[in-house]
Amino acid sequence: MSTTTTFVGMPASAPPAHPAFPQAAREAVRDARLRGTLRHATHTIRAKRAAAVAEVSDWAALREAGRQIKDHTLRHLDRYLVQVEQAVTAAGGTVHWAADAAEANRIVTDLVKATGESEVVKVKSMTTQEIGLNEALEAAGIRAYETDLAELIVQLAHDRPSHILVPAIHRNRGEIRDIFRSEMGEWGRPAPEGLTDEPAELAEAARLHLREKFLRARVGISGANFMVAETGTLVVVESEGNGRMCLTLPETLISVVGIEKVVPTWRDLEVFLQTLPRSSTAERMNPYTSLWTGTTNSATADGPREFHLVLLDNGRTDALADTVGRQALRCIRCSACLNVCPVYERAGGHAYGSVYPGPIGAILSPQLRGTASGIDASLPYASSLCGACYEVCPVAIDIPEVLVHLRERVVQGGEAVRQGNRVVLRPARGHAAERAAMRAARWALTRPGVLRAGQRLAARSRRFAPRTLPGPGRAWTDSRDLPPLPAEPFRDWWQRTRGGKDTAR
Amino acid sequence: MRVALFLTCVNDTLYPDTGRAVVKLLTRLGVEVDFPTAQTCCGQAHYTTGYRHEAEPLARHFGEVFGGYEAIVTPSGSCGAMVRELYPRMGERARAEGRGEALAAALAPVAARTYELTEFLVDVLGVTDVGACYPHTVTYHPTCHGLRGLGLGERPRRLLRAVRGLELVELPGAEECCGFGGTFAVKNADVSAAMGTDKVRNAASTGAEVLCAADNSCLMHLGGLMTRLRTGMRPVHIAEILASTEEEPAA
Amino acid sequence: MNSRERILGRVRRALADVPHDDTPYERAVDRGYLRAHGERSAEETVELLAENLADYRAVVHRCAADGLPSLIARLLARRGTRSVLVPPGLDADWLSATGAARVPDRAESTPHELDRVDSVVTGCAVAIAETGTIVLDGSPDQGRRRITLVPDHHVCVVRVPDQVVASVPLALERLDPARPLTWISGPSATSDIELDRVEGVHGPRTLEVVLVTGRADAGAAGRKDTGTAERPDGGRRAGG
Repeated sequence: MSTTTTFVGMPASAPPAHPAFPQAAREAVRDARLRGTLRHATHTIRAKRAAAVAEVSDWAALREAGRQIKDHTLRHLDRYLVQVEQAVTAAGGTVHWAADAAEANRIVTDLVKATGESEVVKVKSMTTQEIGLNEALEAAGIRAYETDLAELIVQLAHDRPSHILVPAIHRNRGEIRDIFRSEMGEWGRPAPEGLTDEPAELAEAARLHLREKFLRARVGISGANFMVAETGTLVVVESEGNGRMCLTLPETLISVVGIEKVVPTWRDLEVFLQTLPRSSTAERMNPYTSLWTGTTNSATADGPREFHLVLLDNGRTDALADTVGRQALRCIRCSACLNVCPVYERAGGHAYGSVYPGPIGAILSPQLRGTASGIDASLPYASSLCGACYEVCPVAIDIPEVLVHLRERVVQGGEAVRQGNRVVLRPARGHAAERAAMRAARWALTRPGVLRAGQRLAARSRRFAPRTLPGPGRAWTDSRDLPPLPAEPFRDWWQRTRGGKDTAR
Repeated sequence: MRVALFLTCVNDTLYPDTGRAVVKLLTRLGVEVDFPTAQTCCGQAHYTTGYRHEAEPLARHFGEVFGGYEAIVTPSGSCGAMVRELYPRMGERARAEGRGEALAAALAPVAARTYELTEFLVDVLGVTDVGACYPHTVTYHPTCHGLRGLGLGERPRRLLRAVRGLELVELPGAEECCGFGGTFAVKNADVSAAMGTDKVRNAASTGAEVLCAADNSCLMHLGGLMTRLRTGMRPVHIAEILASTEEEPAA
Repeated sequence: MNSRERILGRVRRALADVPHDDTPYERAVDRGYLRAHGERSAEETVELLAENLADYRAVVHRCAADGLPSLIARLLARRGTRSVLVPPGLDADWLSATGAARVPDRAESTPHELDRVDSVVTGCAVAIAETGTIVLDGSPDQGRRRITLVPDHHVCVVRVPDQVVASVPLALERLDPARPLTWISGPSATSDIELDRVEGVHGPRTLEVVLVTGRADAGAAGRKDTGTAERPDGGRRAGG
C-alpha cells in the first residue's frame, strides 16, 4: 500500500492534491493483501453488528428517534449551541468557537502553550484528525501522542487513517507487529523482546508503551461523541481505557467538538447509548463511557481542573445550508456504513482521500471541503448506490440520496454555500463529453422514433459489433464481454406479431 | 385485467427475450398485456449520474405514455424503483426549486401504479405457482434496488421454488451488490469488476447452471464477467424461467 | 465579528428555509421505543446482569451480605493483592477480612503512586442488566474516577436487586448528570486488530463484580469470617 500520496486534511483553502477516487482505488483493488485484510475485518464486524442489532426488538423505533432528535437539533442548532455554551460555562468550563481548522488549531496550540507543557496525550478524535491538529502542534514544538491502539499504529507507521472506528484497519496483525518492533523505540518504551502477532500480545505492548505517557501527562486532548445542551455534559465512548486516562489524569483537558454533536437533553442519550455501540463495535455496550460536566470542583477533586471546549464549524454550516445534504450532519460516526460497503471493502479507506472514508465520507468530505478538487468531485461517484449504507445507518441518513444530489452539484454546478458565503458553482471540469452524451440521449429518448431507428441500425449491423468499445466504453470491455445484439428489438417483434398473437414465437 | 408492460430501454434493445417471456407469462395467467410503443427510457441513468434536469423530460414522457393504465409492470427492479421512489422525489425537488406542482402531479399517478414483475405476480395476481417448468439448478441474486429499494423480499424465491424441476441453491453473500451500479460500472470500472468477480465466484461455488436475477442490467454485467472468467454458468432473467413450460421450455 | 457570532450567523442563514416551529421538545420526538426489553422479575433482571457481565469477560460472584467481607478477602488473596485502594466512604466491613494494606483515595496521590497499588474495591451507582454495565458516579463508596482506572484489578460490589435496572433508559433516569460518570462494561478491550475483540488494554484488565444480596447487620458476620479466608493461590490474572 502506498503511503506517498499527500494527506488530505480539511483546511478548506488549498485544493487537496490527491488522485481522484477511481485512480486511487485501482491500486487498492490490485493489492491482494489489503483486499484480504479488509475483507476479513469488514465481514467479521458485519455479522456481529447484525446480531447485536437483532437483539433489540425496537431497533426501528430507536433509529427513528435518533433521526428525529438529530434533525430537531440541527433545525434549532443556534439555540442549542448557545445553551451548551451556557451550561459548560456554568459548570466551570471555558468555551471557544472556531470557524475553521486554522482557528481551532490556533486556539488549542495557545491553550497548550499556556500550560507550559510540550507534550499532550490524545483520545482518538475524528475532529482533531480532520483539522490536522497533530501537525499544527508539532509545528509549535508540541508532541501529541495518540493513545488509541489503532491511532498509535497509524502514528508509529507514519501512515494515514483508513477507517473511522479502526484507523489501522488496513493493517493485519503481522504488519502491526512489525511496526511496533521497528517504531516504538523511537517514541518511548520499545516493544517487548520476541513480540509475536498475537492480538493479546500486541495490546499488551501498547499498554506498556503508553502507560508512562498517561501517568506523566499534564494535558489531554479529546473530541466527544455527544454534548448535552441542557446540562453541559460531554460524552466519550471508547473501549480501551485510553480515553479514561486522557480525560481524568491530566490537569488540563481540551475537547474539540463539531457543532453538530450537540443533543438537547440528558434523556436523548438513552437512544444513542443504545444505537452507537451496537452499530459501531457490535457490542451491547462498549467497555467504557465517560460523561463529565465542566471541571472538577473542590468537593469532588476528581479529574482535570481546567476544561476547554472548542466548538468547531469547519464547513459544517455550509453542509447545514444544503437542504438535501444537511442530513449528513446527523452522523454519529459509528462506521457501520463503512463496514457494510462493498466499495469500501475493495477500495480501502485511503482511496477516499479524507479522514472520513466510506459512504459517509463520500457525502461528508465534498460538503465540508467543497467539490472543487479532483478527489472531492469524484467521491459522490464512489458508490454503486446499492443502499446497504442507508439500511444500517442508526440515524437513517439516506446516503444514496445525498450522493446523487452531490453528483448533480458536480456536473451541473449551481448554488451552494462555501465558508458561509452563498456562491454559484460552475460545473466541474471533465464532464463536458458526458454532459453532451446525456443531453443527446435525452433528445433521442424523448422521441420513440429515433430510439427505434437506432435499435434497428444496431440490429442490422450486429455482425460488425466490436468486442471492445472505444472511449469511455473501454472501461466496460476491459473486464467484461458485451452481450450479443439481438436480431430485432422487442418493439419490432411486438409490432410484427401484435404482441405474439400472430405467431407462437 | 389490462396492464401496460414497461419493458425498459435496455430490455427492449438488448434483451427482447425477456420481454417476450413477460408477455407469455402474463398472458398465460389471464392478463391482457399492452406494450405502449411510445415508451422509451425512465431516465434512471441520467438521474443517478447527476443529470436530474435531463431526466425530467424523460419522466414526463413516461407519465404521458403510461398515465392511462391501471397497472404498469416492469421486469426491472431498478427501473421500477426509479419510477416508484425517485419520480416522487423529482417532483418534490422541482417544487422546492419553485417550479410548481406540475411535475409532481404528472408523475404521481404512474409512481403509484408501477409494479416490479415478481411483486405484481405475488401481490396483485396473488400467485406463487405460475405453472412453470425449468429443470435446471438455479441460484438467485437479489439485486439491490429490488431488495433494498422495492423490498421484494422473498417473493422471487417463492416464485422460483414453485417452478417444477427447478433446484434452487443458496447464493453465498447474496445481498451484496454485484457492482453494476449504472454508470458506476464505467466510472469506477476496477472496483465494479472486482465486486462482480466476487459475485460470479460466489455463484460458481454453488454449482448452479444458472444465475437468476430480476434485472438484466446486473445480469449483463455479471454475464460479461462470466464469459471472461469461463465459469460455464449463464445469466437468465427470472421472467424467462417463469415463462418456461414443459411444452415450451426456455433455452 | 468574533467567531462565535460568525458561526451562529452562518447557522441562522443556513436554516433560512426551515419554517418556524414552536413545538416543545418533549413533543418534537417520537419516542416509540421501549423503556426496557422484555418483562422480567427483579430476580431475572439480576440473572441477566450476571450473564451479560460474564459475556464480556467480567468475573461475576454472588454472595449474601454477611459473606461479603470473606469473599472480598478471598478475591484479593487469590490475586496476590498486597495493597488495595479504598474510596473514602466504603463500608469498612467490606475490607474487614482482608490483610491487604489499605491505601486511601487522596487528592494528592500521583498517578504513579496509584499505579503501584494492586487492587481497588468500590461500590457502584447503578448496574444495567441488558448491557452488562456498572456505572460509577464518584459517590463516597466509589471514589475518584482514577482509582478505578489505574490499578489493574477492580472489585465492584453491586447491591442486588436494588441497584440493578433493566435498561439504559432506566439507568439514565437514576443518574445525576452533574456527577462525573463512568460506565463500565467488562474489562478494557479493543477491536483495533482486524476488528476482533481482545480484552485487556489500558483500564483494569480484571474486573470482578460481586452481586450481593441482603443487608449485613452491623458487619458482625463479616468479622467472623476473617479466619476462614482462603490462602492466596498466586496471582491469577484474566484477560492479560
